[in-house]
Amino acid sequence: MAPMQQTLVSRDTQNAESSLPAQYLKAFRFMLLARALDEKMAGLYRAGKIQGGVFLGRGQEAYSVGLGMALRKGDIFAPLIRDGAGRLAFGEPVLDSVRTYLGSALGPMRGRDGNVHRGRPREGLLAMISHLGAMISVVNGMLMARRFRNIKGTVGAASIGDGGTSTGSFHEGLNQAAVEKLPLVIALANNQYAYSTPNNRQFACEDLIDKAVGYGIKAHEVDGTDLEACARVFSEAVEEARAGGGPQIVVGRLLRLCGHAEHDDAHYIDPQLKKSDVGRDCVKVAEERLLQEGWAEPKFISDLRHQVAVEVDEAVATVQREPLPDPYKENWCALKSRHLSEMFEIPSPAPVS
Amino acid sequence: MSITYLDAIRAAQAKALADDPRVFIYGQDVGVFGGAFKATKNLAKEFPGRVLDAPISEDAIVGAAIGAAIEGMRPIIEMQFADFSTPGFNQIVNQAATLFWRTQVPCPITIRLPSGGTSGAGPFHSQSMESLYAHYPGLIVMTPATVEDAYSMLLEAVAIDDPVIFCEHKRLYYHLKAPALPTEAMPVGKARIARAGRDLTIVAYSAMVQDALAAAEELAEEGSEIEVVDLRSVKPLDTDTVMASVSRTGRLLCVGESFPWGGVTAEVIARVASEGFGLLDAPPQRLNAKDTPIPYHPNLWLGHRPTAQSVCAAARNVLQM
Repeated sequence: MAPMQQTLVSRDTQNAESSLPAQYLKAFRFMLLARALDEKMAGLYRAGKIQGGVFLGRGQEAYSVGLGMALRKGDIFAPLIRDGAGRLAFGEPVLDSVRTYLGSALGPMRGRDGNVHRGRPREGLLAMISHLGAMISVVNGMLMARRFRNIKGTVGAASIGDGGTSTGSFHEGLNQAAVEKLPLVIALANNQYAYSTPNNRQFACEDLIDKAVGYGIKAHEVDGTDLEACARVFSEAVEEARAGGGPQIVVGRLLRLCGHAEHDDAHYIDPQLKKSDVGRDCVKVAEERLLQEGWAEPKFISDLRHQVAVEVDEAVATVQREPLPDPYKENWCALKSRHLSEMFEIPSPAPVS
Repeated sequence: MSITYLDAIRAAQAKALADDPRVFIYGQDVGVFGGAFKATKNLAKEFPGRVLDAPISEDAIVGAAIGAAIEGMRPIIEMQFADFSTPGFNQIVNQAATLFWRTQVPCPITIRLPSGGTSGAGPFHSQSMESLYAHYPGLIVMTPATVEDAYSMLLEAVAIDDPVIFCEHKRLYYHLKAPALPTEAMPVGKARIARAGRDLTIVAYSAMVQDALAAAEELAEEGSEIEVVDLRSVKPLDTDTVMASVSRTGRLLCVGESFPWGGVTAEVIARVASEGFGLLDAPPQRLNAKDTPIPYHPNLWLGHRPTAQSVCAAARNVLQM
């Protein structure tokens, strides 16, 4: 157990904002908000209100928020599908998520892409494509661009899972970051399954941290169900990268407490894993800690739950009144160079006279 | 003094680096070594820190270019051979090509593909990828056939706010020469009448323009006046110039070095057949490489790709229809 006075994201113990209880509570609120948002989206999905899939971060909130809170404004974050909590901590508005899930024309993706494929690249929050590992080298390129421009002190983070480590893109991206000595942090959430495929069909090394040595980068490991540990380890990794220590990889052990997406009942998950330490619900663990340490009263926590539920409900109510994308008003142009795009147009068949 | 097609590509990159601090070059062996074909010769020395050797990681090379573009840079990527762009295909078609559409953030990257066959190069150092990339929304695909276009279109590729696939033909690198670099250029998206004629339109692009011109020369001796249209870019595709030419000649032959199934030649014929059916005096024809991998031995290779001789034969066939 870490000493009481150790802070999560700052060494400044004099500052009340950065004290362990304050930071813990702040992170906990993001976790609750992410969980509430997930539950709401799952409910809307079951009610048939959402086109496409809904991907929950249940079980990964502590790990994700640990990364999100370790990053700061000006950093780069390429989240994956279970990073709702980290996105919120990084500064993504709740409305971005709701608008993208519900396809609002006012959202960042305007119906052109959905659910977890949202972002604001110019603000450092990348919009993932579906191909795992592909975002890592994009973060590398952003960091290289900053080096070209002599912008110092920013860090880039990319999420990946146990399954994503099997891709060529993961390998190429890590190796590239190591060769270029980039301030990259890889958050590797080992949630034991890639969709339905268990770890023993995914990789054959003893532990995923073993991957780091081959790339010549530093590895950290953390219990992904322990908020304080996640926040501390990510803070260390991010600061080490920021200080010029090169790429870092943080392997978190946790369990996905839901299906791959909401269509999936996850019947394949080993019941023994669910009962083990890795299967603990990080939100519940964090709540118990808050109560044990006396950092929050039960009433405070129930008020917090109420607050985040209201925040989510209000966002959904707002978005449900917003316009949907209109194919007749859509700008069907994939190029910034619109004048070139117009040349691509194939005329509609002329009426036969 | 004469400038080769390869010199023009090098000169365009030097000019882009000199004119725009946002430009950098990233690719395998492009640094001190100067690139497998020497297209970046001396650039690492002239522009320190801006011409970077990359690991053999086409996916990560393109991914990094996209990231740099998001941050406002204008990277030029050299694929050592067009064939090797396939490991980077995912980043090109799914990340670069979709970025602006999805996020409204432009992706101004230029990917140079040393393309097409040279004698003895075999199945994996000879491919022409333009049809694959042209298929995807969000990409611009350039196929310069002249020294002048190699220079001016590469500069335009860097200036354009969208991802550009720049297919430069390896066979033209050394043997195609011009007296000097051009001082003006046609806009991207406009095809060029490379030779005027009234009996048959041959539409070609990249190195096939040179073979088509050689065929036109030979057919002129037989009394046929062949018009050769150089597409310059296959996306955008300048159908106006093609249609105007077909309206003059009434006959169309499309020539491409890539594999026959689908592709640029099929697209051109589809457009002319649907938009200009009444202009045609004979069924439009096309000539491509054979539907097999590209062979190594020169005897087989010359039988695989279109040549001036096979273009001539195909042209005579259309002229007699």
